[in-house]
Amino acid sequence: MSGHSNYEPKTGIERWLDTRLPVVRLAYDSMIDFPTPKNLNYWWTFGGILAVCLGIQIVTGVILAMHYVPHVDHAFASVEHIMRDVNYGWLIRYMHANGASMFFIAVYIHMFRGLYYGSYKAPREVLWILGCVIYLLMMATGFLGYVLPWGQMSFHGAVVITNLFGALPLVGEAITTWLWGGFAVDNPTLNRFFSLHFLLPFMIAGVVGLHIWALHVPGNNNPTGVNVKSKEDTVPFHPYYTVKDGFAIAVFLLMFAAFVFYNPNALGHPDNYIPANPLVTPAHIVPEWYYLPFYAILRAVPDKLGGVLMMFGSIGLLFVLPWLDTSKVRSMRYRPTAKLYFLIFVLTCLVLGYCGGQLPDDHVIPGLSTFLLMDADLNSFVWLSRIATLYYFAYFLIVLPVLGLTETPLPQPESISEPVLSHPANAPAGAAASPEKRG
Amino acid sequence: MLRKGIALAAFGLAVLAGPALAAGPAPAPLKHAEFSFEGPFGKFDQAQLQRGYKVYREVCSACHAMDLLAFRNLGDKGGPFYDPKYPNANDNPYVKSIAAEYQINDIDSETGDVVQRPGTSADRFPNPFPNEPAARASNGGALPPDLSVIAKARHHGAHYIYSLVGSGYVSPPKGLTVANGQYYNKYFPGDLTSAWSGDHASVPPGGVLAMAPPLAAGKVTFDDGSPSTVDQQAKDVAAFLMWAAEPKMMERKQFGLAAMSYLLIFTGLLYWSYRRVWRNVAH
Repeated sequence: MSGHSNYEPKTGIERWLDTRLPVVRLAYDSMIDFPTPKNLNYWWTFGGILAVCLGIQIVTGVILAMHYVPHVDHAFASVEHIMRDVNYGWLIRYMHANGASMFFIAVYIHMFRGLYYGSYKAPREVLWILGCVIYLLMMATGFLGYVLPWGQMSFHGAVVITNLFGALPLVGEAITTWLWGGFAVDNPTLNRFFSLHFLLPFMIAGVVGLHIWALHVPGNNNPTGVNVKSKEDTVPFHPYYTVKDGFAIAVFLLMFAAFVFYNPNALGHPDNYIPANPLVTPAHIVPEWYYLPFYAILRAVPDKLGGVLMMFGSIGLLFVLPWLDTSKVRSMRYRPTAKLYFLIFVLTCLVLGYCGGQLPDDHVIPGLSTFLLMDADLNSFVWLSRIATLYYFAYFLIVLPVLGLTETPLPQPESISEPVLSHPANAPAGAAASPEKRG
Repeated sequence: MLRKGIALAAFGLAVLAGPALAAGPAPAPLKHAEFSFEGPFGKFDQAQLQRGYKVYREVCSACHAMDLLAFRNLGDKGGPFYDPKYPNANDNPYVKSIAAEYQINDIDSETGDVVQRPGTSADRFPNPFPNEPAARASNGGALPPDLSVIAKARHHGAHYIYSLVGSGYVSPPKGLTVANGQYYNKYFPGDLTSAWSGDHASVPPGGVLAMAPPLAAGKVTFDDGSPSTVDQQAKDVAAFLMWAAEPKMMERKQFGLAAMSYLLIFTGLLYWSYRRVWRNVAH
């Protein structure tokens, strides 16, 4: 996609095409010859896994759209029609429904990997921001898609989420009416949600193209975070990473298949098998698991507008992360203090996710009542969410900016090959390299 | 390397464990039945589905519709009346005769008059009530839910149904006011605080619902000679409703076995290729 090309057209037709539209050259440079650091670990396989997820969602989604009816009177029954009467409809629908969860598992691991190894730092800021755009589009697409079966959770989830915009001063109500296409979540809402749910994945695919383009300009980051110095440090993408990614994709598909075939409804909510009824509100409205951390942040703030701003802010922070982290060292492998804070950050995200699925006023430690503070018992999920939310924001706004200036990082290796060659398993006898003595 | 893979999988499961614990209100712990369809190799027991269908037809269908089911589904592969001689369930004589026992509302295509005709295997199960207000009027204001996917629409599906109709109806604890036309059930989700006169820390589990205890010993005569106890009826109807909610479950699990075996071999081959391709690269 950029830089020097080693492609040499071998046949007449390739030479003819290469002077007119060099697509074969593009494919060769980006998927076969592309020099890739040789020390990428399995955390780096999630990019390929995500591409597979997107492909599965688009293919199954297009087929589902052939049978689905976006109308409040028919949507629920048409989904069940797919499950019962369409050939292998159960397979296609369960792949699509569980595929969304798999997509998010993969994207969260992919993001945590980027956070840990500093993949957002120069010169990969644009690459990282494009990734954030993809993530936002995924959140929107997942939400829109969950509304389509028009079950109880679909409907009331749509009501809750669209009403968030109502918290905005002055324009809030107008925006919600505009989103709904009326004065309540109703048929026009379902219709436009279907339309947008069909559109957004192709926008994701477009941004993925840019994301890969932006990846191929500076090349991959790697677990050491040290720049590629020589040809010694890299291997061609094919066959080295096609086979490694392929193996990881196959393992991922095994887990995916275990859900689709043996536990297809484990990640959904039973209430969504009850047809939507605007007059009956479910006892406990919960979003899909992948939104739970943000749902917890939303509910942690006592003020509605404040909660909405904090929730969007928590994602907005990711966009400016490259300029919040002041450390010159990319990989946290050489930042022992940062590593500790990062570990707490991962735990915080899991805690937030757990809190998002609980009733806010329930006790964290059962049976123990302490005292009320800001309208909630201190031993409640609201308070746990508040503490976790505080850390979430502090990690980006205080820890990363300050730590980069105050910490003493461990010495980094001179090159990618050095720690590889100095690894006891690879070093010839007597050749003791000591990277810790270098600055 | 493999260890890292396992760590990844464990992380994934940890992420998933969160929402699994996020459930609604917690009534009495359910009474769990042994169902033949559970587990990765589970299959529906056809005799049980037939008994369950009989319970639905003779008891539940008086109030509960099953809009998504057609008579032909009874003869589908894995269904209660599947017969390998009739791969097209519409031809199954047993299914046809069941359908013909019902009168279906239709329009005479010649005159446009509203008529009734005997059902065919392509017809859906008829609704016991013409509309929702009629259903509510006959049930003290409560709407009997459609049972087509009820086994997927409740936490613990078939076990919940089995518990609710099989052993959930017990005499209400002393101190609980149960209104006329309401029945206490220890498994029904609800909050009884307002109807409880005793200590607020010991509100009984369960809730009240408008459905009278539907099953009774001997209420349904099973053609295969199975004892017609409440427990048996409850278990069979729960199995039938699970089948109705997930009629392709057996096909899914069989497909799954093939898919998983294929993927396992494929994964093994890829791992071997990976080791071979990388054998000369220090990394």
